Amino acid sequence: MSKGRFGEFGGQYIPETLMNQLYELEEAYNFYKNDKAFNDELNTLLNEYAGRPSLLYYAEKMTKDLGGPKIYIKREDLNHTGSHKINNVLGQALLAKKMGKTRVIAETGAGQHGVATATAAALLDMECEVFMGKEDTDRQALNVYRMELLGAKVHPVTSGTMTLKDAVNETMREWATRCEDTHYVLGSVMGPHPFPSIVRDFQSVISKEARAQILEKEGKLPAAVVACVGGGSNAMGMFYNFINDKDVKLIGCEAAGKGVDTELHAATIAKGSVGIFHGMKSYFCQDEYGQIAPVYSISAGLDYPGIGPEHANLYKTGRAQYFPITDDEAVEAFEYIAKTEGIIAAIESSHAVAYVMKHAKEFSKDDSIIICLSGRGDKDVAAIARYRGVEIYE
Amino acid sequence: MSNIFKDRIFKNKAFIPFLTAGDPNAETTVNCILAMERAGVDLIEIGIPFSDPTAEGVVIQDANIRSLSNGMTTDGVFGIVEKVREKSDIPLAFMTYINPVFHYGYDRFFERCQKLGVCAIIIPDLPFEEKDEVADVASKYGVEVIILIAPTSHERVKKIAKEARGFIYIVSSMGVTGVRSSISTNLDEIVAAIRENTDTPCAVGFGISTPEQAKKMAAVSDGAIVGSAIVKIIAQYGKNAPDKVYEYVKSMKEAVLKA
Repeated sequence: MSKGRFGEFGGQYIPETLMNQLYELEEAYNFYKNDKAFNDELNTLLNEYAGRPSLLYYAEKMTKDLGGPKIYIKREDLNHTGSHKINNVLGQALLAKKMGKTRVIAETGAGQHGVATATAAALLDMECEVFMGKEDTDRQALNVYRMELLGAKVHPVTSGTMTLKDAVNETMREWATRCEDTHYVLGSVMGPHPFPSIVRDFQSVISKEARAQILEKEGKLPAAVVACVGGGSNAMGMFYNFINDKDVKLIGCEAAGKGVDTELHAATIAKGSVGIFHGMKSYFCQDEYGQIAPVYSISAGLDYPGIGPEHANLYKTGRAQYFPITDDEAVEAFEYIAKTEGIIAAIESSHAVAYVMKHAKEFSKDDSIIICLSGRGDKDVAAIARYRGVEIYE
Repeated sequence: MSNIFKDRIFKNKAFIPFLTAGDPNAETTVNCILAMERAGVDLIEIGIPFSDPTAEGVVIQDANIRSLSNGMTTDGVFGIVEKVREKSDIPLAFMTYINPVFHYGYDRFFERCQKLGVCAIIIPDLPFEEKDEVADVASKYGVEVIILIAPTSHERVKKIAKEARGFIYIVSSMGVTGVRSSISTNLDEIVAAIRENTDTPCAVGFGISTPEQAKKMAAVSDGAIVGSAIVKIIAQYGKNAPDKVYEYVKSMKEAVLKA
């Protein structure tokens, strides 16, 4: 009876008020995902508006410096709005429009998903409201103004820990209050079915392109693909078309904050346990009574106490591995890739770069690996400066 | 076989108050529950606090946070029920989210419910499609899992009602819990659809605060459920809340009986 399972994970743990909306969404998605006109329209938007396909860049200097495999970077940071979020948002907004919805709502952590949603709403003439934790509206004030410029209304969320999980709570409450004309553009591969599948499908364009690109450049598949994981949408997009290539390692990098031995982290796989929250059974950071734990990361986009259910299953079945990366390591990687390759990467994506810096030597020089550079780091510059003791404010 | 819901709780039009356990502390919760019983209520819903109550409005969210930050736990809530049971056999139900129950362990949780005479549980983030998560274990210990029906349930009402046990919780309006000035949903239609498919009693909750509203809701159904209005009183009066809760609940029960 239960739907949307990845092994034991996933499901639809959501109030009755929203169940019919989920059915309506599933039905519409199942129709449109095979509809040629819909796919043509979406592909046109992705290619002509968002700038796809994104480049697969050979990072020659990093490769030489780290002395391991050939390092390729999937440049999702070059997409319109500066991250992979636009892939999912264009798909969902277009789907919502086909469903006759006139308004979209979204949660956002760092602000990238909010900006992407506001962008799609502006383009497709839809009303847009974004819920963002008060702590994040302070951390990412520029992104708040950016969303407002795009015509969206931003609601600072003051409940709970005032971060991403609370923004999700508030967006769910808003959707339960008004769903007839409103679609919830969920930003990651999480939440109740069908969201984890829909978001994964829209993000799988990353690995669809990357797989073809690496085969063209190298003539063989990579030894590993590496991506950062909060809820896990860029990682799921990066992994998906490699899942059946059993020799390709799938590596997710979660936020260890001040370290997994401290209380200040968001390392769901390393430190969490199985639970049921935000519509899904998966791994969560929580206490012995199932109270969701406050989490911490320098990266607002990874500052989430759960992980998508498909990741939970990839972890449990051993198909993917997940490694915690600390703030210190991520900041070092942020600076390293800027100086070495001239790329200002998002602090989220810098977690994946940090993994490669630490582990490059474990791979053969004859192999290649791909880092998913999920977003650009302009938004993080002021925060990194402050981390280094330089008092710059946006 | 005797059925506590039909034979006792819903023998007359029922009034069902809610409160969050441990807000502001365990002792006040026990005293409020005993005050509610004295006021003549039919079933008391005890909220086990959860860090992220996504179906609640701001009043009950705040109560959850107050309770948790004062150290309340699931074990603490069972402790409250033990204290109540020293003095009272009033029908009790739990209302909480699935994660605290999952973590406590389904067997351990429902076994304690049975021992303490907690006859039902309401889990707003466990819809019909996921009821198998707890159905077998709850049933093994004789605890009914109360299913909710919402204004958006439409054609789902039939299949939900057919399998409903204990009573049906009708969500009066869209959104989350909280006081509303008016309730515009066509509840007659929903109740009629329920009655066509089951003789399980149904009560209306979400947004009810005045005796007039309670009377109206009990008139279209078998009872009224009130949460936020009571939690507000407890928030305002703290340890002195039991007397105020008694007065309020009594006026609500009287109104419901006039329905």
